[in-house]
Amino acid sequence: MMQRASDTNARGASGSSPGAALARAIVRHPGIARLGAIVVLLVVWEIAARAWVDPMFLSPPSRVVGSLDAVFHTPGVPAALRITFFELAIAFAISVGIGLAIGLAVGLSGFARTSFMPIILLLYGVPQITILPLFILYFGIGPASKIAFGVSHGIFPIIVIIVAGVQNIKPILLTSARSMGANRWQIFRWVIFPHMIPSFFAGLRLGMTGVLLGVLLAELYVSTAGIGYFTTLFTQNFDPTKLLGLISLLAAMAIVLNEIVRRLEVHFGRWRAE
Amino acid sequence: MSTGDRRRDRVLSRLVQAAFLIAVLTLWHLATTKWGVSRLLLPNPARVYDELKDVLRSGEFVGDLRITLTEVAVAFVLSSVGGVALGFLLSRSPYLVRVFEPLLAAIYSVPIILFLPLYVLFFGLGPASKIALGATISFFPIVLNTIAGFSTVERVHVVAARSMGASDFQLFRWVLLPGALPVILAGLRMGFIVALLSILGSETIASLAGLGHRIVHLAEAMDTARMFAYIAFVVAIAASLNVIVTMLEVRGRR
Repeated sequence: MMQRASDTNARGASGSSPGAALARAIVRHPGIARLGAIVVLLVVWEIAARAWVDPMFLSPPSRVVGSLDAVFHTPGVPAALRITFFELAIAFAISVGIGLAIGLAVGLSGFARTSFMPIILLLYGVPQITILPLFILYFGIGPASKIAFGVSHGIFPIIVIIVAGVQNIKPILLTSARSMGANRWQIFRWVIFPHMIPSFFAGLRLGMTGVLLGVLLAELYVSTAGIGYFTTLFTQNFDPTKLLGLISLLAAMAIVLNEIVRRLEVHFGRWRAE
Repeated sequence: MSTGDRRRDRVLSRLVQAAFLIAVLTLWHLATTKWGVSRLLLPNPARVYDELKDVLRSGEFVGDLRITLTEVAVAFVLSSVGGVALGFLLSRSPYLVRVFEPLLAAIYSVPIILFLPLYVLFFGLGPASKIALGATISFFPIVLNTIAGFSTVERVHVVAARSMGASDFQLFRWVLLPGALPVILAGLRMGFIVALLSILGSETIASLAGLGHRIVHLAEAMDTARMFAYIAFVVAIAASLNVIVTMLEVRGRR
């Protein structure tokens, strides 16, 4: 930190103190201040956990980081992480496949859109958490119910976005393609498909958020071998160190997955902005 | 396409929707009566209807409904007061927005439901953990929309008001607030819905009372018909709350 401050000073304006240079660097780069805020938060947490809070309920971040290794070596945890990841991947693949098919089928025909879109929006609006026990009843307490529940959360945003994306194509483009003699396949390949790409990736992002929520909810509700089993175990054993370690691993997994689809969305949405 | 065609299309669409609904109900009925699907898995629609009538008549839902709605109300008050206040304070300085907005957006993208076990550890199985989780989850859309709302206020309007001698309060009351309100209200609506869903969710996962708890309890008792009735009831409650907040939002925008 000192090194960087003096660097900025050397490069910056002449004759000011290192403190002023540091202040200037912070003003110019909000990222430094952001990092500082995170560090302050962690320090407060560390002090609070060491000084005031009962170690049965909260453990300091230093110990949590130190425990990550122990979490990994708890029998069954690596397998549980693998199972949860597998559930997420399958649920996401199914949501994208079926969501894309339904979205195209409903979106490409005006009649299908006016007929079925209200039904889809109605289903999307149902608080699906209330039917979680039904999923367990039908699909059992294994991975199948988590996958099904993840699909039920992920599929609707994908359908809605795909339909909206297909709908947003300017009619003049379709008309001109048709008047130049393009057949249905050509219209789809050269007009609709390129226009769909940005909304497709936006749908992927929302679908991923939904799938994460659905799978994790189902895992937390009941689980025999997945992550939910271990969060319950650590909670009941009053082992906040391992619980926090496991939750941070999962949060990291969620962030990475979200970030991948967000990057894809930005990447494939570029052409429209230009 | 002529207007006659369009009208015919709309009528046909309604017919398709009605047919879809009737088909679902018929299949459901046939599955339970003719095809021998166990009534533990799928109760007969008529029985579900009877159970729903019984639930409504006996007033047994009142206690659970009151608990769930109280949790939602408290969580929403906490998150909206905190979210709007923090959002407003941050939005006063473009620098603070640039420091904290990405941080808040990053936390918002984590599925916070993951932290439910921690909340249960801290606050117990009672309403406190639901309120805390609901408040946390709904805080983020509210604070982010508040920041976005205040930063959409046109710079020209602020400068014009200032140059005409508006005080700080007048500037807030007549320029900033009306400019930001539509976006803030959208955030509040989202926050309310998210609070409702996460509280129903946490009641389902770990709780002692409430509508979510009731549904799980009936599922575990294999009383599927009554569970379906409660699910229908909760869906209706959620839908009406949704309609109410949407109407309030539209009203507030004018």
